[in-house]
Amino acid sequence: MTDARLDVLAAYVRVAPEPILPAPIFSRGVLAWTRANLFSSWISGALTLVSLALCLWLVPPLIAWATIDAVWSAPDGALCRAHQDGACWAFIAQKMDYFRYGSYPQTERWRVDLTEIVGAALVVWLLWPRAPRRAIGAALFFIAFPILAFILLRGSDWFDLPIVDTVLWGGIFVSLLTALVGIVFSLPLGVLLALGRRSHLPVVKLASVIYIEFVRGVPFITVLFMANFMLPLFLPEGWAPDRLLRPLVGTVLFAAAYMAEEVRGGLQSINKGQFEGAMALGLNFWRMMGLVILPQALTLVIPGIVNTFIGLFKDTTLVSVVGLLDFLATVENAFKDTVWIGPTIAPTGYAFAALFYFVFCFAMSRYQAYMERRLGRGRRR
Amino acid sequence: MTVEPAPGVPLAFDPDSLAIAMIGVHKWYGAFHVLRNINLDVRRGERIVICGPSGSGKSTLIRCINRLEEHQQGSIVVDGVELTADLKRIDTVRRDVGMVFQQFNLFPHLTILENCTLAPIWVKKMPKREAEELAMRLLTRVKIPEQAGKYPGQLSGGQQQRVAIARALCMNPKIMLFDEPTSALDPEMVKEVLDTMTGLAQDGMTMIVVTHEMGFAREIADRVVFMDNGEIVEINAPKEFFENPQHERTKLFLSQILH
Ligand SMILES: Nc1ncnc2c1ncn2[C@@H]1O[C@H](COP(=O)(O)OP(=O)(O)OP(=O)(O)O)[C@@H](O)[C@H]1O
Ligand SMILES: [Mg+2]
Repeated sequence: MTDARLDVLAAYVRVAPEPILPAPIFSRGVLAWTRANLFSSWISGALTLVSLALCLWLVPPLIAWATIDAVWSAPDGALCRAHQDGACWAFIAQKMDYFRYGSYPQTERWRVDLTEIVGAALVVWLLWPRAPRRAIGAALFFIAFPILAFILLRGSDWFDLPIVDTVLWGGIFVSLLTALVGIVFSLPLGVLLALGRRSHLPVVKLASVIYIEFVRGVPFITVLFMANFMLPLFLPEGWAPDRLLRPLVGTVLFAAAYMAEEVRGGLQSINKGQFEGAMALGLNFWRMMGLVILPQALTLVIPGIVNTFIGLFKDTTLVSVVGLLDFLATVENAFKDTVWIGPTIAPTGYAFAALFYFVFCFAMSRYQAYMERRLGRGRRR
Repeated sequence: MTVEPAPGVPLAFDPDSLAIAMIGVHKWYGAFHVLRNINLDVRRGERIVICGPSGSGKSTLIRCINRLEEHQQGSIVVDGVELTADLKRIDTVRRDVGMVFQQFNLFPHLTILENCTLAPIWVKKMPKREAEELAMRLLTRVKIPEQAGKYPGQLSGGQQQRVAIARALCMNPKIMLFDEPTSALDPEMVKEVLDTMTGLAQDGMTMIVVTHEMGFAREIADRVVFMDNGEIVEINAPKEFFENPQHERTKLFLSQILH
C-alpha cells in the first residue's frame, strides 16, 4: 500500500487507457430523475406527496364531469337538468353557430368562414419561418387581407354582397378580429412610441412619455369608454366612427402603450456599438433602426411582447362593456335561453370559454418558445 | 507621393491633395474640454498613427471625422465636404469613410455575408447579387471567404475584426479609420489583423489608426501623432518619433510603453 503511493509520487507514465465505466444505477435513468426532482429533500418529498394527493382528489372528478357524466346530445335542457353532475355539452353544440357568428345573417355566414380561413392560412404563412416567400405572405396579410376582410365581412354593393351592419356581428369572429387588429397595430405603434420616448427631440419625447404614462395609468375599461364616447368628439360631424371601430381603436391605443415599454426595454439592452457600427456604414436613422437595432431589440423582448399579446387577447372580453358582442358575451347571452336553463349550463359555458381562450393563449406561448429557440441558434457568443 | 514634405510641417494648402483637414477643432463633453485646438491635415494615401495615454482623446478625435461625435468649434473638412449639422453632408462623409472599432460592432443577427452586403444594398442601392460578389471578393481579401454563411458569434475575435474591415471596405471608402482594432484581441490574433491592415496600407488606402502597436506604427505610418490631455503634443515621422522624440511628454510616454 505505502509502496504503491510512493510510486505515484515519484514518477508516472500511463501505459493503458483508463476504462470508460457506466454511471452507477442511482445517478441515471428514471430512478435518478425521480430522486433528483421529486424527493431531493424531505420538503420536496412532502410537496410531491401533497401534490399527488391533490391531483388524485381533483382531476378524476373533473374528467368525469367533462366526459362520462356529461350530456353530449340533447334537443333541449331537460336531459341536462336531470344530469346535474356532468357538463351539458349539448348546449354548446346547439349554440355553436351563435358563439361563432353572433347575429350575423345565416345566409351570409360563409363570408365569415372564408375570412377566417384566408386569415388563418396567411397567419400560418407569416409565422412559419421556413415557409417560402414570406415577404409576399406579409404583403398579403397586411395589405390585401384587411381589404378583403372588410369587403367580405361588411359587404359591398360592387361585389353584390349585402351590407351586414356591425350591430349584428358577434361571437368568436369578433373576438378574433379585435385581437388581431389589436396585435397587428399595437406593435408598430408601440415601436414608434418607444422610439419617440428615446428621441432627442424634446417635443416628441415629452408627447410619447405623457401618452405612455397616461395610458398605463388608467384601466382598460376607461380607455374603452373614452374611445367610445370621446373619439366622435374629436372627429368632424358625420365622421362618427363605427361602433365596432371605436373599441378597436381603444384596444390598439391601450396595448400600444404597454408594447412601447416592452420595446423600450429591448432598445435599451442594445449595445451602443451597434448604433455606431450602423451609423459609420452610412445607414440613416430609419434604416439603422429597421435593419440593425429593432430586429435585435424585438428578438430580445419576444417574451414580453407575446405576454402583452396574450394579455390583449384575454382583455378583448372587456369590449362587451361598450356594447360589442364578443365571444364571452355570446356565451353569457346564451345562458338566458329558457329552453336550456339549468344549473349545469353556466359552468359548461364558462368551461368552454376558458378552453377557447386557453387554446389560443397556449398556442401563442408555445410559438414564443419555438421562436426563442430558433432565434437563439447561431447567435451564441 | 514621391516628394515627401517635412513631417509635421503644415502643407501648402491644396484642397485636392487633402483627404482630411482639421482646423482649430475644439470639443467639449459638457464642461470637460476633451479636444483642444486640434490642427491636422491628412493627405490622400497617407497613413497616420495616433497614440497617447488612455483618456487623451484619441477616440474622440477620430470619431469626429465621421461625425459619431460632434465638434463645437473649428472646422473639419473630409474629402472636400465640411462637416456641419447638415445630415446630407454627414451621409456623404460616412459613405466615404469606413470605420473599424475596438469591439468589432458586427451585427450579430446577420451572417457575415449579410453584414458585408447590408450597407452596399441599402445605402448605395447596389443590386443584391452584385453586393454579394463584392462582399465575397473582400472576404477573400481578408482571407475568410469560407466563413461567409456563419454568424459573427461563431467566429474568433481576429476573424470578426477582419470581417469588420471587409464590411467597411464593401462601401469602397476613400478613408479608413481604425480605433484600437487589436486591443480586444487575444495576442495570437493580433498579427492576422495587423497583416490585413498592412495590406490595405500597401494598396494606398488613406488610413488613420489609433493603436498601441508601436511595431505597426514604425512599419507603416507616414506620420505618428502623439496626443495627451486632449491636445496634439507632437507629430513626427515614425523614425524620428521613436528614436528622437522632442517633447517631454512624448519621451515619458514612450519610456512607459517601450519599457
Ligand atoms: N460620452 C462621453 N461623455 C463624457 N466624457 C467622455 C465621453 N466619452 C469620452 N469621455 C472622456 O473624454 C476623454 C477622452 O476620451 P477618449 O475615449 O477619446 O480617450 P482615448 O484617448 O480614446 O482613450 P483610450 O485609450 O482609453 O481609448 C476621457 O477622459 C473620457 O473619460
Ligand atoms: Mg479610445
